[in-house]
Amino acid sequence: MQLDEFFVTGEPLIYAGMVSIALVTAATIFILTYFKKWGWLWREWLTTVDHKKIGIMYLLSALAMLFRGGVDALMMRTQLAFPDMNFLNSQHYNEIFTTHGTVMIIFMAMPFLIGLMNVIVPLQIGARDVAFPYLNALSFWSFLFGAMLFNISFVIGGSPDAGWTSYTPLAGAAMSPGPGQNFYLLGLQLSGIGTLATGVNFMVTIIKMRAPGMKMFRMPIFTWSTLVTSFIIVFAFPILTVALALMTIDRIFGSQFFTLTGEGLPMMWANLFWMWGHPEVYIVILPAFGIFSEIIATFARKQLFGYKAMVWSMILIAGLSFLVWVHHFFTMGAGAFVNSVFSISTMLIAVPTGVKIFNWLATLYKSKIQFTVANLWALAFIPSFVIGGVTGVMLGMAAADYQFHNSYFLVAHFHYVLIAGTVFACFAGLVYWYPKMFGHKLNEKIGKLSFWFFLIGFHVCFFPQYFVGLDGMPRRVFTIIPEWMPLNVISTVGAFGMGIGFVIFVYNIYYSFRYSEREQTGDSWDGRTLEWATPTPVPFYNFATVPHIEDHDAFLDMKKKGKTTFEEDKLEPIHMPSNTGHPFIMMGIMFIASFGLVFEWLWMAIAGLIGVLIMMGIRSFDYDDGFHVEVDEIKRTERSARGL
Amino acid sequence: MSSHELKSGPLEYRTEQGQMNILGFWIFLGAEIVLFATLFATYAVLFGRTADAPLPGELFEPGIVLIMTFMLLTSSFTCGIAIHEMRRGSVKGLTTWLIITLLLGLGFLGFEIYEFIHYAHEGATLQSSAFWSSFFVLAGTHGLHVTLGIGWAILLLLQLAKRGLTPVTSRKVFIISLYWHFLDVVWIFIFTSVYLIGMVV
Ligand code: HEM
Ligand SMILES: [Cu+2]
Repeated sequence: MQLDEFFVTGEPLIYAGMVSIALVTAATIFILTYFKKWGWLWREWLTTVDHKKIGIMYLLSALAMLFRGGVDALMMRTQLAFPDMNFLNSQHYNEIFTTHGTVMIIFMAMPFLIGLMNVIVPLQIGARDVAFPYLNALSFWSFLFGAMLFNISFVIGGSPDAGWTSYTPLAGAAMSPGPGQNFYLLGLQLSGIGTLATGVNFMVTIIKMRAPGMKMFRMPIFTWSTLVTSFIIVFAFPILTVALALMTIDRIFGSQFFTLTGEGLPMMWANLFWMWGHPEVYIVILPAFGIFSEIIATFARKQLFGYKAMVWSMILIAGLSFLVWVHHFFTMGAGAFVNSVFSISTMLIAVPTGVKIFNWLATLYKSKIQFTVANLWALAFIPSFVIGGVTGVMLGMAAADYQFHNSYFLVAHFHYVLIAGTVFACFAGLVYWYPKMFGHKLNEKIGKLSFWFFLIGFHVCFFPQYFVGLDGMPRRVFTIIPEWMPLNVISTVGAFGMGIGFVIFVYNIYYSFRYSEREQTGDSWDGRTLEWATPTPVPFYNFATVPHIEDHDAFLDMKKKGKTTFEEDKLEPIHMPSNTGHPFIMMGIMFIASFGLVFEWLWMAIAGLIGVLIMMGIRSFDYDDGFHVEVDEIKRTERSARGL
Repeated sequence: MSSHELKSGPLEYRTEQGQMNILGFWIFLGAEIVLFATLFATYAVLFGRTADAPLPGELFEPGIVLIMTFMLLTSSFTCGIAIHEMRRGSVKGLTTWLIITLLLGLGFLGFEIYEFIHYAHEGATLQSSAFWSSFFVLAGTHGLHVTLGIGWAILLLLQLAKRGLTPVTSRKVFIISLYWHFLDVVWIFIFTSVYLIGMVV
């Protein structure tokens, strides 16, 4: 292979990308060396097994991915604003919509939510870490290396260009030769390992590690949503694992699963993909529901209305999410009977979702609403998401879907649910829990500015797309006809509005770091759940003493009864896990193995896999049992944190 | 993160971490069931799509498959005895039966490799057709699991030799026994729905 085949050449935008990557890398290395921070980086972050730090690393990476996916989006919107734009050519456009979709769902939405879960769930249930801290670090590094593998494709080897759904036969070896599609397969496979491990980890954590007295139906609703999501992950991700593996074997070793030769079945891919893919969209929406529920209850200053109905509707949604996948290809030709079955199951999902909407409204009803930034995101979510849901039901009617399918109407639908649902929740959750993580709030004024830019930009961007879709504009086209121009111009303007909103959001992080007042108590919003019971910054062991839970809204109850998580006479040494560099190294080697497979350099892949096996062996012989934090140290830490 | 240890009950369940690891592994096995179920579904959908390659009925041989089944089922039984010995506190009994289990597993693998090579000679390979792709990947994934299980068990044997029975080593052995029985169950499905059906159709 020649060097100019290895690196992507011929595109000024990509050269700019290369230069900026080189500059950022050089700057990072320089700063770390100049300020002598390499040891700090290794000790505090790369080897950490602390769920709070892992969560923060997830959040940072997800924000970076949101930026990357967002730049992709703005480039696409620029190209589509006017007919005959010459900004992106068709090939480049294909690559960008593919990476945009994949990055947003796999490397932005999921990690963002998993990051929040990591920081908050152990705190909400009164645990000192997750069940398997080592595995948790492994999950994070597998995600990060997977994301890096996918992202380097645009400068090395070339990006995948068959859509984030990667349908065969287009994505097969015959029609998409070269490494591009392999980057998709292996990037997702690598990060999928971590997601599955996260699912197992949180299930065990939530089932086994709750504070005494916290029955299942006393758990905070975000914890419930995490538990239900973990179920979906454990039962959906193996399907993706198999689907990706089969396509990888097809492409690299010549099998015939999805080919047009050897009696392969290309539509088999679509089925497997969506059997994972539809549950996947609920993996990214259920935690969002959980976040909104927490925020709405906190700022309505009321107990969540219909708590039990909220939980059961989540469980029902999770079950139904496995039974609707065919609605993504009603046009496949499975016949009227099959389509009717899936049409009905699809519409059924709207019922428990509707239950949740009414419960949020009932929580707000006659309450004294506080319009904080976090709550604004939650309030904006309700009507916006309803628009997305209602158009989803329209898509779910099989006969009508023959019209809507693969048009901009669909594009508008899933952005209404994914952005107004998931992305709003990510922002809301970040703002809400920010003081717990970093010891100061985000500035509310700037936060509101960013909120309004983003919200208005969002509707301006996506509402017209419903109509241009009904006018017949198909998705995944790189150029438009003049009739579609006016609505597309509006849409592009809205997209840039969202971009401004995002920039203001990030600026707010910097501004608040400099100027925000530091937290004193740890209970920033007069909260109701246990995470607010800890001091801020949270000590690495979380709880000096674990409270006995007697009610839901555990912390509210404790405040009434004058209890804290620091009862000096009940202190005992706390057992904590040790830091370790294994997960980072193991996944680094896995990255090398996957990279080898992407370029079909089998020697490299095999060497890497052997390396991973050796690391697993080393881990098996590792009997490090962690360490104990002594009572004196706990006392000192808590006294200074609580200003006693 | 508690390090309290119970004084009675099976060794592997005495620490909270032990209980959590075992629960976690059960959940992982749930994920493995989905993984194999997907492979079985793929196999079922692609059944009969042999293109120009031989039909399964022409290649599958009852004898060799029966021997493999017999070996793996027996190994599941010996694995059960190994756990029984562990509960009695006998490291020697445990290691002996575990080694027997592994030898049976190795025998199984040997036959499976022979079988695959044989099919390849007859013109049925991973590349020949959709049906054969799904056959090799389904059976191969199971075989790969057996291989990994053997490697893993050898590491545990070394740890047992070094440390004897502790809450940690017994938990590890218990978990691998779950894994081994699981592979046996999967094989029963492969035996019936792949080989038996393949031979008559
Ligand atoms: C009331 C609930 C919902 C219903 C009835 C519904 C229905 C549908 C239907 C029928 C399609 C396929 C349309 C076509 O291809 O022609 C679709 C696509 C999609 N939906 Fe939904 N949906 C709902 C909620 C959600 C949620 C909550 C999310 C994510 C958070 C989501 C994300 C997506 C995505 C990403 C696609 C597009 C996939 C693609 O083809 O690229 N949906 N939805
Ligand atoms: Cu769907």
